[in-house]
Amino acid sequence: MNYSVLLSQMLEASLMSLRIFFVTLLFSVPLGLLAAAGRRTKVKFIQLPVRLYILFMRGTPLMLQLLFIFYGLKPLTGIQLDRVLAAQVAFVLNYAAYFAEIFRGGIDAVPQGQYEAARVLGFTRQQTFFRIVLPQVCKMILPPMSNEVINLVKDTSLAQVIGVTELLRVTSDWVSSAVSMAPFAIAAVFYLAMNAVVTRCFTVAEKRLNYYR
Amino acid sequence: MAILTARNVYKNFDGTEVLKGISLDVEQGEVLTIIGPSGSGKSTLLRCITQLETIDRGEITICGEPLVKSGTSRSAVYADRAARNRIALQIGLVFQNFNLFPHFSVLRNITEAPVHVLGQKKAEAETHARKLLKKMELSDKEDAYPCQLSGGQQQRVSIARALAMNPELLFFDEPTSALDPELTGEILKVIRELAAEHMTMVVVTHEMAFARDVADKVVFMADGTIVEQGTPAQVFGNTQSERTKSFLARFNES
Ligand SMILES: Nc1ncnc2c1ncn2[C@@H]1O[C@H](COP(=O)(O)OP(=O)(O)OP(=O)(O)O)[C@@H](O)[C@H]1O
Ligand SMILES: [Mg+2]
Repeated sequence: MNYSVLLSQMLEASLMSLRIFFVTLLFSVPLGLLAAAGRRTKVKFIQLPVRLYILFMRGTPLMLQLLFIFYGLKPLTGIQLDRVLAAQVAFVLNYAAYFAEIFRGGIDAVPQGQYEAARVLGFTRQQTFFRIVLPQVCKMILPPMSNEVINLVKDTSLAQVIGVTELLRVTSDWVSSAVSMAPFAIAAVFYLAMNAVVTRCFTVAEKRLNYYR
Repeated sequence: MAILTARNVYKNFDGTEVLKGISLDVEQGEVLTIIGPSGSGKSTLLRCITQLETIDRGEITICGEPLVKSGTSRSAVYADRAARNRIALQIGLVFQNFNLFPHFSVLRNITEAPVHVLGQKKAEAETHARKLLKKMELSDKEDAYPCQLSGGQQQRVSIARALAMNPELLFFDEPTSALDPELTGEILKVIRELAAEHMTMVVVTHEMAFARDVADKVVFMADGTIVEQGTPAQVFGNTQSERTKSFLARFNES
């Protein structure tokens, strides 16, 4: 077994895993916020589709969504996304749905009195949301968000079902061809290290927001 | 000059009439106290005037500007949004449970609205806020967060927050009901001081002695109507209605 080739291939693959991770976070957080708003609106023709979207994304396997977006879109719409883009779209749509429910829970947990105080003081709806509500939501959602982000680190490995060469795909290729356990150990260390960083970030954020209750 | 006039205000929640034709006037510099049993609609009345609820019919005029007028078909017609916002800025409301913003320091709780709603300069708003904090005897607390304060201190911050907007008219909805008895006095003292400065105020309270002593006018509400109103001497000393008498009797016992 050639360790330098193994390491360089695993490094390259882990960059793909990282890319899926960061791009997903970058787009699914704002999309999740939008979906949370759509879920909370009283306008039925917005709320209903958003509810269906969230139901579908949370109610079916992410793996099925990946397969569908890569293989199933073409016969239906004629659009063929490349592997990485298809994976990206599936991850963003899936995680945005989970985030939307977390955000919605956080927004609902802000006491009605906060809105009323803001209203009586003359804040506009936008000011109330961004200055009064959102900061309090951020604090409340940190624990559930940290769970989801840790899941995302591990879920990036699912992208291999549509042929994306991410870390676990390369790992299993090496394990089966070289009959060695070393790639497993390297992959485990990578995921653990990633999640150690994620956990650390959330701990710091929670500490920084600890100045109020 | 009447700062507030309400005429035949009606409000229902899901078909239950909660306000059944309320009419009252508040003159400039006057203190009006509202007393009455639980569920009589006192909070609802305040919430209607402060635009946290909308009324079904009737008229409300604030500082000479109509907020709601009676429409043709027995329904209420509200002023346009710009006028409603203008009117809202004339009014402050102090809540029973303070509703301070927990993520802002005491100072920022007070300056946030003057800066971002009235467009005051930050320095100007802070100078004013510090003056108000001094008045509330909280000068040493400007950097504290609400969770670090006692209930009485939080309520004084919320009064300062309302005063920072320079309202023409200030409402209090049971400002001492969430407080331990020993903290009640400090809030009542602040309201008395404001009364001495001729701040126009409407105070809903269960503190009968306070309602009598601080008020220019007392309103007794029961079941969504005003049963009796007049000077403290009239309402407490020369009570007319049986309903009021039995309500006040319960307080005199305890
Ligand atoms: N949002 C609401 N939806 C339905 N009913 C309501 C609502 N708000 C108040 N009510 C009802 O209206 C009536 C009057 O309530 P309100 O809170 O105005 O009474 P109150 O005089 O302030 O009582 P308290 O002294 O207990 O504060 C009560 O019967 C209450 O149940
Ligand atoms: Mg009440």
